[in-house]
Amino acid sequence: MNTEVSLRDEQSCSLIGKRQARVEDEALLRGLGRYADDLAVPPGTLHAAIVRSPHAHARLKRVAIEAALGLPGVRGVLTGEDVKRWASPFAVGVRQPMEHWCLAVDKVRYVGEPVAVVIAEDRYLAEDALDAVKVEYEILPALVDPEAAAGDRETLLHDAVGDNVVNDRHFRYGDPEAAFRTADRTLSLKVRYPRSSCTPIECYVVVGQYDAAEGGYDVMANFQGPFAIHSVMARALQVPGNRLRLRTPADSGGSFGIKQGVFPYVVTMALAARKVGAPVKWVEDRLEHLQGASSATNRVTTIDAAFDGEGQVSALCFDQLDDCGAYLRAPEPATTYRMHGNLTGAYAIPHLAVRNRIVMTNKTPSGLNRGFGGPQVYFALERLMQRIAIELDLDPLEVIRRNLVPADAFPYRCAAGALLDSGDYAHGIELGVEHGGLAELRARRDAACREGRLYGIGYCVAVEPSISNMGYITMAMTPEERRRAGPKNGAVSTATISVDPLGGVSVHVSSTPQGQGHRTVVAQVVAEVLGIAIEAIRVDVELDTGKDAWSIASGNYSSRFAGAVAGAVHKAALKVRTRLAAIAAAQWRVEQDDVRFAEGRVFTLDGAHSASFHRLAGATHWAPGTLPESEAGGLRETAFWTPAELTAPDDDERINSSLCYGFIFDYCGVEIDAVTGQVRIDRYVTLHDAGRMLNPQLVDGQVRGAFAQAVGAALYEEFRYGEDGSFASGTLADYLIPTSVEVPEPVILHMETPSPFTPLGAKGVGEGNNMSTPVCIANAVADALGEGVDPGAIELPLTPSKVRTLLGIDEPARPEGVGEEPADAAAGGGSKLTASDSVEIPASPRQVFDSILDPATLQAIIPGCHALELTGENTYRADVTVGVGMIRARFDARVELSELDPPHALRLSGAGSSGMGNADGAARIRLSEIEGGHTRLDYDYEVTIGGKIASVGGRMLSSASKMIIGQIFSRLSQRVSGGRVRQPLLQRLLGRFGKGGGKS
Amino acid sequence: MHVRGDERHRVTFRLNGRERSGRAEPRMQLCDFLRHELGATGTHVGCEHGVCGACTVLVDGRATRSCLMLAVQADGRSVETVESLAGDEEMNDLQRAFREHHALQCGFCTAGILMSCHEFLGRVPDPSEAQVRDMLSGHLCRCTGYTGIVRAVLEVARARQQANRRENDACSI
Ligand code: FES
Ligand code: FES
Repeated sequence: MNTEVSLRDEQSCSLIGKRQARVEDEALLRGLGRYADDLAVPPGTLHAAIVRSPHAHARLKRVAIEAALGLPGVRGVLTGEDVKRWASPFAVGVRQPMEHWCLAVDKVRYVGEPVAVVIAEDRYLAEDALDAVKVEYEILPALVDPEAAAGDRETLLHDAVGDNVVNDRHFRYGDPEAAFRTADRTLSLKVRYPRSSCTPIECYVVVGQYDAAEGGYDVMANFQGPFAIHSVMARALQVPGNRLRLRTPADSGGSFGIKQGVFPYVVTMALAARKVGAPVKWVEDRLEHLQGASSATNRVTTIDAAFDGEGQVSALCFDQLDDCGAYLRAPEPATTYRMHGNLTGAYAIPHLAVRNRIVMTNKTPSGLNRGFGGPQVYFALERLMQRIAIELDLDPLEVIRRNLVPADAFPYRCAAGALLDSGDYAHGIELGVEHGGLAELRARRDAACREGRLYGIGYCVAVEPSISNMGYITMAMTPEERRRAGPKNGAVSTATISVDPLGGVSVHVSSTPQGQGHRTVVAQVVAEVLGIAIEAIRVDVELDTGKDAWSIASGNYSSRFAGAVAGAVHKAALKVRTRLAAIAAAQWRVEQDDVRFAEGRVFTLDGAHSASFHRLAGATHWAPGTLPESEAGGLRETAFWTPAELTAPDDDERINSSLCYGFIFDYCGVEIDAVTGQVRIDRYVTLHDAGRMLNPQLVDGQVRGAFAQAVGAALYEEFRYGEDGSFASGTLADYLIPTSVEVPEPVILHMETPSPFTPLGAKGVGEGNNMSTPVCIANAVADALGEGVDPGAIELPLTPSKVRTLLGIDEPARPEGVGEEPADAAAGGGSKLTASDSVEIPASPRQVFDSILDPATLQAIIPGCHALELTGENTYRADVTVGVGMIRARFDARVELSELDPPHALRLSGAGSSGMGNADGAARIRLSEIEGGHTRLDYDYEVTIGGKIASVGGRMLSSASKMIIGQIFSRLSQRVSGGRVRQPLLQRLLGRFGKGGGKS
Repeated sequence: MHVRGDERHRVTFRLNGRERSGRAEPRMQLCDFLRHELGATGTHVGCEHGVCGACTVLVDGRATRSCLMLAVQADGRSVETVESLAGDEEMNDLQRAFREHHALQCGFCTAGILMSCHEFLGRVPDPSEAQVRDMLSGHLCRCTGYTGIVRAVLEVARARQQANRRENDACSI
């Protein structure tokens, strides 16, 4: 099946808009990329590992570092005390007395919060020493549910605020009260949007340096912008902007917004370098990333609509409760306001009421995540549109059509202030319906339904905002507060082009790309304007705030590249061309307008004059004396561009939150397996109008990538938390990213309505499907499930077990002897594991019984036991290292033998705590004599695990506990039978450093 | 090799056809050894627990997750990484097809995927799309949605088959 239908006019032969293989690819395919962890570091660079909180909410009583300092290779430990001495808390986007430091100083507020940094000679040694940092906590109750947190006055995350709701704003546009009063019908829907993240495959990397002479910091990090955060970092480090030199590497292993969240670690590692007087490098591991890096904001929305009998909506009311986690980390609460101007979506809805609350809970702070605010808004809005259709017994697509912004209304000012730049939404729907094969899809649904299969169709229309107005973030403040703070608006992009003495063209852009191919598009634009070959151009995308042109809007977010950055490149290229044309015109005594640039030459159309590009450009260096007087010589031009339309919020709280608004029309057919609850996407159609496409291949690449991530968000991915705030999605085996077999091939359609507001007519396209696809799939699932299902119960991700629950099917009992032990939520929210097994031991029950009671035996049979000390009759204190997955923890444990019934039965129990969390368990042991005087030892055990260890998820915990407990008894058997333990090499090695490797 | 936990050991193996050697503690993962001891940074690390596939290399010709193997275990063996694929001048057909089909964006997952595909095409010269997707399901790519990768692998398989047929035809004349 041809999955891409291009509805654009292919006439133009210009380089802009051409499918162009990427200039980035060869280096990456050869393994020559220069990612952050590949770069050389200065001699003597040390390595950091971070002590993180195992508790979701606790008061920090003491951080003892002496033992760690004595370990091999450890050169220093950075703690909250140092941070308080040298730094300030990060600026927060709302006016509240709440402090966020780069290391915890008074309390910890989420599992994984950094508490201290161990700095050692290599990464392995630094991680070894983590256990030796002893942290005393006073555990506090944890808040996980945003609604519960919003209502709680007892448990407060930030005591000085006096409330977990740290921002509460009301907005009204038009006359929503009257519209609701006079409407024929109204409808209300409450939905929840979960936590997930687009999780790049490369984690965070930071190398910090401190220059004691200048009192400045120099940090390399795979930060993606926005560079407004540079000011936040510099302030936190208490230095002027020019004393924080921030550099980004040439290549990035993906970001999708997430690498904005590396910024607290930029500050941490800068301070760590200061602490030890040497450069410090930190590479985040996957567990750290999943539990502590960043997350999309989870949201609870109640949305109401006022509409007539035809489905025409006159007013909407949004009540949004955004859970930003433990701290309001800059630029939050931006998630809440990024969509504010265009909350009414693709619809012409004149009246609007909005209430936005920001609540703090004991979870990882939220941050940028591709789609940023979009999936949350559209999940509510487009689910509601489907409900209206069902309510009125209309076709959902018809209800959508009736409410669209009409084609002749552009540029259209939405109720809350967005100025929709261009589009023809109704036409987009017609094209999508026709070229995507909706009729066929409907026939398939009807056929499936006749056969009794569960098949549904879902729709979604969305506007995709791009090029954010830096002023939207101030919507969290009242107009009065904004006036006092001074205006914020705009979005400056920059580009620099220089031509060297041999005529080589170099371009620098401050867009910190994360894999989208900016270098290719920049080269296309410059090649086109200067009439030279793409290969002749070198594009540099490393950003060095100490040397390069940049501004607060620099960076890679809000899909600003195609519309804004490429536009600035275009402007800079025109400046260079204008100067060269003036030089040529003076030399040849012709009009400047008659000078042309193509195929590496500069010439006049009449053929009378011609020179090579490099010769003419080289003259600016070699022979400035021959140039016209207006020419200063040299050839380097920087262009800055900010769109006039991005004004500050007005006093009526209207905000044009973005410059461009693309259009998306999606629909899909899904089939639900009535037995397993699995959702299969039968066909997915997505139509995009992103203005002028600068490189259609890259546009499709963006659409496919966003779509795949959205399939993950819709069906698989969720950051799950236990009731105690423990994090349960700490590995990629628990946090399920879709693979090649789960992602179907979408049918991609395009139309092009150029934006009148960007230099090249392009709009952003990279985030659309992250916004539209989750709700489109949810609508299809709702359609398939039918009216028996509570609409508010359709929650993402729609995993098989959730769908089965919606279908009303109870989980069947696990067939006996199959699969693994269930990891149930235990009281207190930890993971509870139970299992039983048996071993045969070639000794009598009496011998076995006695050896268990013998301390030497006990120490020998407990895996990872360093020391065992008798504390009372049959009670011991033990020092035990346990490895689960990639976590390794040293436990201070109590071990007890009780319920002794010699030589038939006894109970072996233990409880311990470590920097990674706590564990509690007991095994009942029964001994029976079997033939040959041997013993059969039966045991069943129950283990409860909480804290950070629980984050490796039930799957790994269950097999690890099975293995560890199995080892106890097999060791016992070996010891009692006198068999020499002869393990294979690998096992001996693994035994030395815990099961999963040296890293935690 | 006799290995002691608290000592660094000399580890020697053939890396991309050349004998290379370095020192490693027994607990050092092969991926860290390749990247930080031998400087072969083309191989990437995405999870260190065997799920993402970014670290995939060939050990004695078999696709292997280098984050789940210790450097000392590779002693005396043969290791191939992404750096081995291209010739001096040109990239190989698989790499070229990846570029052609926009099978990479950030490129972080790419080295591991290339190595798996390379091994797979040696074993399964004429795969179906389902087989390709099944093989790729051992890798996570966050950028591409996999379409370009699937197309690239299928195209290379087809082109190699054709070239083979032509060669056979030429022989039988
Ligand atoms: S790094 Fe080895 S599989 Fe992810
Ligand atoms: S190309 Fe970025 S993860 Fe695959």
